[in-house]
Amino acid sequence: MNIVVLVKQVPDSGAERALSPGDFTVERAAAGNVINEMDEYAIEEALRVREAHGGEVTVVTMGPAAAAESIRKALSMGPDQAVHVSDEALHGSCAVATSKVLAAALGTLNPDLVLCGAESTDGRVQVMAHMLAERLGVAALTGARKLTVDGSRLTVERQTDEGYEVVTAVMPAVVSVWDTINEPRYPSFKGIMAAKKKPVRALALADLGIPADQVGFVGASSEVVEFAKRPPRSAGTKIVDEGDGGARLVAFLAAEKFV
Amino acid sequence: MAEVLVVVEASPAAGVKKVTLEMLTLARGLGSPCAVVFGDAAALTDRLGEYGAEKVYAASGEDVQDYLVAPKATVVAGLVRSVRPAAVLLASTQEGKEIAGRLAVKLDNGLLTDVVGVEADGTATQVIFAGSGVVKSRVTRGLPIVTVRPNSVPAQPAPVTPVVEQVTVSVAEADKLARVVERVAEARGARPELTEASIVVSGGRGVGNADNFAVVEELADLLGGAVGASRAAVDAGFYPHQFQVGQTGKTVSPQLYVALGISGAIQHRAGMQTSKTIVAVNKDAEAPIFELADFGVVGDLFKVVPQATDEIRKRK
Repeated sequence: MNIVVLVKQVPDSGAERALSPGDFTVERAAAGNVINEMDEYAIEEALRVREAHGGEVTVVTMGPAAAAESIRKALSMGPDQAVHVSDEALHGSCAVATSKVLAAALGTLNPDLVLCGAESTDGRVQVMAHMLAERLGVAALTGARKLTVDGSRLTVERQTDEGYEVVTAVMPAVVSVWDTINEPRYPSFKGIMAAKKKPVRALALADLGIPADQVGFVGASSEVVEFAKRPPRSAGTKIVDEGDGGARLVAFLAAEKFV
Repeated sequence: MAEVLVVVEASPAAGVKKVTLEMLTLARGLGSPCAVVFGDAAALTDRLGEYGAEKVYAASGEDVQDYLVAPKATVVAGLVRSVRPAAVLLASTQEGKEIAGRLAVKLDNGLLTDVVGVEADGTATQVIFAGSGVVKSRVTRGLPIVTVRPNSVPAQPAPVTPVVEQVTVSVAEADKLARVVERVAEARGARPELTEASIVVSGGRGVGNADNFAVVEELADLLGGAVGASRAAVDAGFYPHQFQVGQTGKTVSPQLYVALGISGAIQHRAGMQTSKTIVAVNKDAEAPIFELADFGVVGDLFKVVPQATDEIRKRK
């Protein structure tokens, strides 16, 4: 089976994050950059599918040169190879343009199964799987907490507000996963060493046949016009329970008209 | 005035969801609100009219119900092409975002997600990076396609009698690739939905085990709130994942958020930082949750919370 995992490099969500003052893109210089957490679950799921059904796993990343570090890290978990889509012109791309570029990159790989995280910790837009499926004309099974592969048929369970749904499709398909699906492995020392030798193919816009004016700031379908840090919440009253903590808590709630 | 399409979120159990009423309220600032209903519109029309829906587009049939998202996006795209609305509003939920994503690609149009306010010219406000930043954005290609976060604006009634218009659903085979074969309802009791609740009471690692969550539930029920859980509590198996508040769970923005036995890691704060009032009980006086709490009690939650529930009962 030809499996592709989409991996995005994001600023560490545990650190302070900001938009660049000049162009309002995500500031990558300040915070440490890491693999988007949910993508690690997608990588793990890809490896499990390969272990059970055979095939190859290819990591696909769109991002600046520095994303190479995350690609190596992803490869150290066990995928076979990677494709790094990188081009100066991509800077400032919106989700719609990003999906166009990723769909074109997937088009060069002809995958049976595309796995990705359900959302990224920076944008949290949660639309990429469906955007790609729309462009490629394949099924999207999104928000999976369980994936079953039976021949060419995929079945996922996905959480809903009311309970859960079971959704099924025939490959090729795009599947996005939540962090409830598995427990990602840690790269082994052997895996880290092997990753250094795994092939990483570079793709630029020209290789994908996409004109530069359809991506980046020029081709963006939306723009940020203003960014401000929200003032941090200030701490209010803090009391130590001396036997009346519950009563004082309710007194506060009553004063605020919650009881 | 141009129409503003509001894609309705509803459930068989709860009817029209609160976020839909909030979107209808927002839509009135942009044009004439028109609701798009998937499934049986008859049961929802009165409620939608109460909040200002001048028209209700009813798209029903097996094709929209039995497949994941794609047919719904096709229906909305068809409406956009025929009625030329000023904007499309959807809920910032899994399904709302997914429809919006497909719609944006179909129309080659910009989209803005997790929006908490929209101005008359379509400029949207978004809260980003775990509630630490605010941006104003706008769609620069096509019409504003905007997903609205629940609890962002108060829903205000503006009663009208809606005109109901049936929409003919003709979806392509490509929209029928992901079939929903089973929908399993899991009981939540009478509690409000987590993202829509005005009050949320959450438990963390400090709750200790699954049985002890009864303490959290009891307080939530007395306050008429929803129950949430931190990732630590969910990972430890104390409470189901659909109730997780935080970065890889739900984002909530209630009037009151009560954090019990939650330290307040950034992972958790990402999902609750924009709550109006925050109250915390934790035995660790240094827990970061106290940095954002309007009222904090340093103490044993198993002493403080039962006392609080008794006190609330007395006052009722």
